[in-house]
Amino acid sequence: MPKYRFEDRHIGPNAQDQKRMLEVLGYNSLNDLMAAALPDSIKFHGGSILPEPVAEHEAIARLREIAAKNRITKSFIGLGYYGTHTPGVILRNILENPGWYTAYTPYQPEISQGRLEALINFQTMVNDLTGMKTANASMLDESTAAVEAMLIARRGSDSASNIFLVDSDVLPQTKALLEHRAEPLNLEIRYVDAAAGAAAVNVDCFGILVQYPGASGRILPLDALFAAAHDRGAMVVAAADLLALTLLVAPGDAGADIVVGTTQRFGVPMGYGGPHAGYLAVREGLERTMPGRLVGVSVDADGNSAYRLTLQTREQHIRRERATSNICTAQVLLAVIAGMYAVYHGPNGLKAIATEVHAKASTLASALEAAGVKLAHANFFDTIQVNGVDAAAVFEAAREHNITLLKVDASTLGIAVDETTEWSDLAIIANLLGANGAAVVAAAGGPVASRLAGLERQSAYLEHPVFNTHHSETAMLRYIKHLSEKDYALDRGMIPLGSCTMKLNSTTEMAAVTWPEFGGLHPFAPAEDAAGYLELIDEASKWLIDITGYDAISLQPNAGSQGELAGLLAIRGYHLSRGDAQRDICLIPSSAHGTNAASAVLAGMSVVVVDTDSDGRVDVADLHAKIEAAGDKLSALMITYPSTFGIYEDTVVAICDAVHEAGGQVYIDGANTNAMVGYSKFGKFGGDVSHLNLHKTFAIPHGGGGPGIGPVAARAHLAPFLPGHTMAPIELPAYGPVSGAPFGSASVLIISWAYIYMMGNEGLRNATANAVLSANYIARRLEHAFPVLYSGADGLIAHECILDTRVVKDEFGISVDDIAKRLIDYGFHAPTMSFPVSGTLLIEPTESEPMQEIERFIDAMLAIRAEIEQVGAGVWPADDNPLVNAPHTAYNLVEEWNHPYARETAVFPVPGQQRSKYWPPVRRIDSAYGDRNLVCTCPPIEAFAN
Amino acid sequence: MANPTNLQYTKEHEWVLVDGDTATVGITKYAADALGEVVYIDLPKVGASTTYMKIFGEIESTKSVSELYAPITGEVVAVNGDLSSAPETVNSDAFGTGWLIKVKFAELPADLLTSAQYDEITGEA
Repeated sequence: MPKYRFEDRHIGPNAQDQKRMLEVLGYNSLNDLMAAALPDSIKFHGGSILPEPVAEHEAIARLREIAAKNRITKSFIGLGYYGTHTPGVILRNILENPGWYTAYTPYQPEISQGRLEALINFQTMVNDLTGMKTANASMLDESTAAVEAMLIARRGSDSASNIFLVDSDVLPQTKALLEHRAEPLNLEIRYVDAAAGAAAVNVDCFGILVQYPGASGRILPLDALFAAAHDRGAMVVAAADLLALTLLVAPGDAGADIVVGTTQRFGVPMGYGGPHAGYLAVREGLERTMPGRLVGVSVDADGNSAYRLTLQTREQHIRRERATSNICTAQVLLAVIAGMYAVYHGPNGLKAIATEVHAKASTLASALEAAGVKLAHANFFDTIQVNGVDAAAVFEAAREHNITLLKVDASTLGIAVDETTEWSDLAIIANLLGANGAAVVAAAGGPVASRLAGLERQSAYLEHPVFNTHHSETAMLRYIKHLSEKDYALDRGMIPLGSCTMKLNSTTEMAAVTWPEFGGLHPFAPAEDAAGYLELIDEASKWLIDITGYDAISLQPNAGSQGELAGLLAIRGYHLSRGDAQRDICLIPSSAHGTNAASAVLAGMSVVVVDTDSDGRVDVADLHAKIEAAGDKLSALMITYPSTFGIYEDTVVAICDAVHEAGGQVYIDGANTNAMVGYSKFGKFGGDVSHLNLHKTFAIPHGGGGPGIGPVAARAHLAPFLPGHTMAPIELPAYGPVSGAPFGSASVLIISWAYIYMMGNEGLRNATANAVLSANYIARRLEHAFPVLYSGADGLIAHECILDTRVVKDEFGISVDDIAKRLIDYGFHAPTMSFPVSGTLLIEPTESEPMQEIERFIDAMLAIRAEIEQVGAGVWPADDNPLVNAPHTAYNLVEEWNHPYARETAVFPVPGQQRSKYWPPVRRIDSAYGDRNLVCTCPPIEAFAN
Repeated sequence: MANPTNLQYTKEHEWVLVDGDTATVGITKYAADALGEVVYIDLPKVGASTTYMKIFGEIESTKSVSELYAPITGEVVAVNGDLSSAPETVNSDAFGTGWLIKVKFAELPADLLTSAQYDEITGEA
C-alpha cells in the first residue's frame, strides 16, 4: 500500500469530513447512503476486472514504458495532419496550465473574458485567412466540420436536389464521414473531379465540397467551378489548409459560401489523431445557420465592450428536435493554442513558415523532376505525389531512415512537407527516389520557382494589432497571463456546474499528454509505430466495458454529442440489418438534454417526446401510450440515468423492459455516469448502448469548452454497428466513422486511462459515493433557503440537485441570473442555470471539492438568500441592490458611489475576502445587444478605451 | 394591456389586421413578453406564399427560438425590413411598428379569434 493513495488526493473530503456529512444526512457509512439512494433493481453485485490502484509515480513509470513502445518517425503522410513546433511559451503556459485547461465553456462571460478574447483571436485568424465573414470558435475536427457544412448547405441552398458533390481529391477520412452521415438523411454523395472546372458541376446539386489544396497536393483555381455551382443554386464549400492560405488565394475571394478545415498544424501536436480544433467559416448572411459556439462582442452594464458567446439560441439544446446540428462543444483549448500560434508568429512569421515549407517541397520536386521522376501535379503547396515508383520498396527504405511516406497505391507515393521537415530529410527522400539529395541540400535557402500556379494570394491578413504585437517571448508570456488572470477556472475555486462534473484533472493524469512519444504520432502511421497507443486503447476499452457492463466499445467519438450519434446510428444499423427499416421513432423524455433530440434527428429518426411526471420521473403511463402508438415503428428510447434532474429513478428497469418488449432498443445517456461507477452498470439493467463523457466522469479537463471524448459502448448485438474506419491500424467494425481519426482524440485518452489506473475499482466506487454524499449534503444544508425541486428514495438525490430559485423570483423579483452573478462577487463560478428546468440552479460538487470549499459555497448561498430577504423587507430597492447590480468590478469602487448598500457589501461580502479576491473584469453583460449586433472578430483597440 | 379589439388572433399568438384583401400579420404583446428580448426574426421574402398554420418564419430571443405559424393563406406582399436592424421593435410595439409581414389573401380562415376570445387564452380580463 503506497503511503498516500491517489484516491486520497482525488477525493476532497477526508474520512472525518465524510463522517460529519453522513451524520447530517443520518447515515452511518457511505455504503448505507448508497444502499438507500440507489434502487435495488439497478445495483450491481459482481466483481471487477479493474486493476489494483497504484501510486502516482508508478502510473508515470508505466506510462513511460507504454510511451517507449510508440515509434515516432518523421511523418510525410499529410492528409490533414502535420508536424508542427508548439512554441514553448504556449506549451507551458496554456496546454500545461490549469488556468486554461480546467476552465469550463464560457457560459458565464463575466468570468471568462480571457478565453473569450483568445477565441475571438482564433475566429479573426480563421476569417482573415479564409477570406470569410464569420468563423465560429472551432469544430471537433475537419471531417465533422465538412459534414456540418454539408448540413448548412442543405438548409441554405435553394436547390431541391438531394445531391452533394464532392471533389475526388477530398481527404479520404472526410469522404467516409460524409457518406456515413449523408445516408440517414437521404442525401446523396456524388464524386466529381474538380480539375474539370465548371464542367464538374454536371448535375443539379445543393452543394459542392472541394479540398484546397487537394489530398494529393493539387491546387486549382476555384472561381469557375464555384460560379457553375452557384448557377445551379448550390452552396460552395472549400476544405482549406490555413498554412497554405497564407500564400494562396483565399477561398472567400474565390466565392466560397463556407470554408472548413483544421488548425492542427498551428502548434497543436498530431496526438495520434486528436484533439485539434477544426474550423468553420461562412460568408455574410449564413451566420445564423452556423453550428457550434460563436464568440461575439457586446457591452456590459457600464457600457463597456465585453465578449460573450453569441447566438446561443441557435444551439441544439434549445432547438431540440428542430435542430439541424447536434454539435454542442468545440475544441476550445486547442483553438486557443492555434490562435496563440498566430498571435506569436504574426502574419509575417506564418508567411515565413509557409514560404519555407513551400520552398522545401518545390526544391525536392525540382530535384525529382530533374532525375526523371514523374510528379502527379506540377503545382502544389506542400505535398508532392510521385507516380511510377515501387511504392512499397521506397516506403520501406524510407522507414530505415525513420521517415514515413504515404503509400497512395502500389506505384504512387505522397510526400507532405511541414514546419518540422529538415533539408536532410528531403535529401534522403531524393536519394531513395534516384534523385540528387546533395543538390537538394545545396539549394537550401536559394531562389525557388513558385509552384503556386498563379494562385498567389494578394489580400492581406492578420492586420489587427493583436497579431502584430506579442512576438517576443516576454510579451507573449505576459499576454497569456493577462488573459488567464481574467478567468475563473478550477485553479481558483469550485465550479459547481450541474451535469458538467467539474472534478479534479490531476497533474499526473495530464503529464504524459505532452510527451513527444504521444504527441508526435500521425493517426495513419503504421500499426507497428503505435504499439504503445494500441496497448493504452486496449486497456482503457476493457476497463470502460467493465465499468459500463457492456460487451464492446468505440473510443472514436470526440465529443458526447458524437457518441450519442454513433450510438443511435448503431441502433439504426441494427434495425436495418434485420429488415426493420420502418423503425425510426425515438422516444425521448421531456427532461432530456436537447442534444439527445438533435442527435436522433441526425440519425434519421423522428422524435416523440415522453412526459415527465410531477416528481420529475419519466411518466410511465405516457411512455406506454407512446410505445403503443409507435407500434412497429419504435426504434429506440433515449434516457439519461440518473436523470438530468439528478435522481435515481426506480422505474428504469421496467421502462427498459417495456421498450424491449415492443422491439425497441434502449439508449442510456451516460452523461451522469459519475453517479454510477462501481455501483451500477447500464448494460446490466437494460441498456443496449450508452455513451460516456470521459471529460466528465473520467477526469479529462474541460479545456474551456473542449476537448472531450464520448466513447460509445454497446451490447454484443450492436457491436457490428459501432464506428469503423477504413484507415484504422486494427480491425474495427465494418461500419462508417463519426470522426476523422480512427481513435478520435487519442492523446487525451491517456488522462482517463491514468485516472482509472490510479483509482482502481475501490477508488472509483469511493469517488461515486463521495460525489453523491457531497451533493446530498449541499441539498440538505440549502433546502430551507431554496427548495430542492426533485428527490428520489429516502429524500435523496444522486450526484446533483436542482435548487428552485423561482420562488424568490416570484416573491422578491430576484432572478436566477441575479443569484448566479452575485456568486461571482462571493468568489464562485455559478452553478448551471436554467437547465434542465428554467429559472433554477443545478448544482454538482463532484467528489473532488474539499470540505472547506463546500462549506464556503453553502455559506455564500445562505448569505445570498439573506440578501434577497433584505430586498424583500424593503431595505434595498428592487432595482438597486447588490444582487441586481452584480457582479461588481474594481472600477465600481472608484466611481462615485450612490447605491443604498456599502462598497464593502458589494465587493467583499465575505469576511476576510479583501485578502484574496477574484475580480471580474467586466460588469453584467447585455445578452440581447450582442445577439442583435453581431460582431465576431477582434474589435478595434479603441473599443476597450474606458 | 388589453388586446386591441380591431385585430383578430390565433392560438399561436399571432394577430391579423385586415384591410381589404391584404392582412398585416404580427405576434401579440403577450407572445413578445413571453419570448423576452427579441434579437432576430427570420421572415419570408416578398412573393413567397404562406399557408394557414404552416411555418412561415422563426423568431429568436435571448432565451428561445420559436416558429411563426401563418394565420392566413396567401402571398407575402410586404416584409417589415426595419426589424432586421431593430428586432426589439417587436417587444416595444408588438401591435404597431413591430408588424412582421403583409399577406394578400383570397379568404380569411374561419377560426380566427376575436380579441375577447384571445383575452381568455392569455388570461386578460
